[in-house]
Amino acid sequence: MYSEKVIDHYNNPRNVGSMDKNDPNVGTGMVGAPECGDVMKLQVKVDPVTHVIEDAKFKTFGCGSAIASSSLATEWLRGKTVEEALEIKNTDIVTELSLPPVKIHCSVLAEDAIRAAITDYKKKAGL
Amino acid sequence: MKLPIYLDNHATTPVDPRVFAAMTPYFTDLFGNAASRNHSFGWAAEDAVEKARKQIGDLIGATSKEIVFTSGATESNNLAIKGVAQMYAEKGNHIITQATEHKATLDTCKHLEKEGFKVTYLPVQTNGLIDLDQLRAAITDKTILISIMYANNEIGVVQPVAEIGKLAKSRGVLFHTDAVQAAGKIPVDVIKDGIDLLSLSAHKMYGPKGVGALYVRRRNPRVQLTAQIDGGGHERGMRSGTLNVPGIVGLGKACELAKAEMAEETKKLSYLRDKLKDRLLAELDECYINGTMEHRLPNNLNISFAYVEGESLLMGINDVAVSSGSACTSATLEPSYVLKALGAGDDLAHSSIRFGIGRFNTEEEVDYVAAKVIDVVKKLRELSPLYEMHKEGIDLTKFQWTVH
Repeated sequence: MYSEKVIDHYNNPRNVGSMDKNDPNVGTGMVGAPECGDVMKLQVKVDPVTHVIEDAKFKTFGCGSAIASSSLATEWLRGKTVEEALEIKNTDIVTELSLPPVKIHCSVLAEDAIRAAITDYKKKAGL
Repeated sequence: MKLPIYLDNHATTPVDPRVFAAMTPYFTDLFGNAASRNHSFGWAAEDAVEKARKQIGDLIGATSKEIVFTSGATESNNLAIKGVAQMYAEKGNHIITQATEHKATLDTCKHLEKEGFKVTYLPVQTNGLIDLDQLRAAITDKTILISIMYANNEIGVVQPVAEIGKLAKSRGVLFHTDAVQAAGKIPVDVIKDGIDLLSLSAHKMYGPKGVGALYVRRRNPRVQLTAQIDGGGHERGMRSGTLNVPGIVGLGKACELAKAEMAEETKKLSYLRDKLKDRLLAELDECYINGTMEHRLPNNLNISFAYVEGESLLMGINDVAVSSGSACTSATLEPSYVLKALGAGDDLAHSSIRFGIGRFNTEEEVDYVAAKVIDVVKKLRELSPLYEMHKEGIDLTKFQWTVH
């Protein structure tokens, strides 16, 4: 039912944690709702000069696919510029994790979380 | 100890080897049709069926003649509810049931609504039980049937059946109960409980799948039903179709064993269940038991682990077979309607696990499950933004979520 990659991210989630949301270089995105069964918090720490994402952290309440989608997102975000980060599409996550149709919403949520985090950073940085 | 561990005994149970042994001759040597009246093959089958009828009757305080064999409890519920509705349609068109019934009852009632019947779906209280005053108030002079389950399949709560039976009788209304989870687990007595129709199933009590029974009261009052399956007029015309003799023998044997061993089995099951509950509650904060512990099946535990999503929890305990109130994997993304009916928020409904302990579970298995669940819940809470917010003192119910 779950692909090997989903199981791997579930068993060994990458970059779990939280950063100081008041740090001007940290962008925070929180998407979803408890009553929908999934909430993702994704944070990026950005170099204010180069706009390269130095660090990314997540915490997710949700099914294994939601956890894997956000864990994968943090891996992909590191080292990208904020503009490059916005190019990550949910379909890329679907392909990488071999998500079945009923789990596509998990990838959509991860894309939303990326956008929300970047938007928050840009607002703070006045971009 | 063998893995995986089966702890989903409300869904189904393994066939007891003693039940299986009783059934086997009826597949091969004693294969007769119980309706064949003119040779020994038929007589042997009929004898076996009549013995089973008595075993079932003995379990629930009924006589043999009041037992109608069906393919399972879904059919029993259909036959009871549709059969009464159609038979007594001239007397009235109102049926009362409640929100946390099994779909076999709810969908049957919805079907009847389309045919013009009126159905009242009583709410339940936060403990999972109906309010008898609400039931009393819902009865009208058009009410022909009350259908309230004996024990719930998700949260195991036991409804005040004897009081419902008394109330139904005093108002001249028939009382049907879906006793699939209760029969064979706790004492059920159709006389003491004032039950007119009762559904039960073999595979929930260590019998085979595909066979069940409907108790239909024969006196005081004599309940009549409109048949839903026409044919050879088997089962006193209420349910045609060649009897599933091996299955019926298995159901009978399962009932006999359940009755003989109930007291001892209840002790064992409630000990294991309470051990599981106590360990989980001792080592994990923010756990909520769904439904009252006071009126509950001895083998059921339904807990919401707040801030942890049910499906991810199941994924972490993948060598333990349990059931989650969150149906994220199925076609609907809806959490359990039973938990929602208790007033649990959707978030807690998404976080629930149903444990159903059975005859063949061991203490070692329960200890393993407790340790595993504790471990996985702790791990997932490390991952949970909701648990973090809770620890920071943020009220999650007031937070502005971006509902997608």
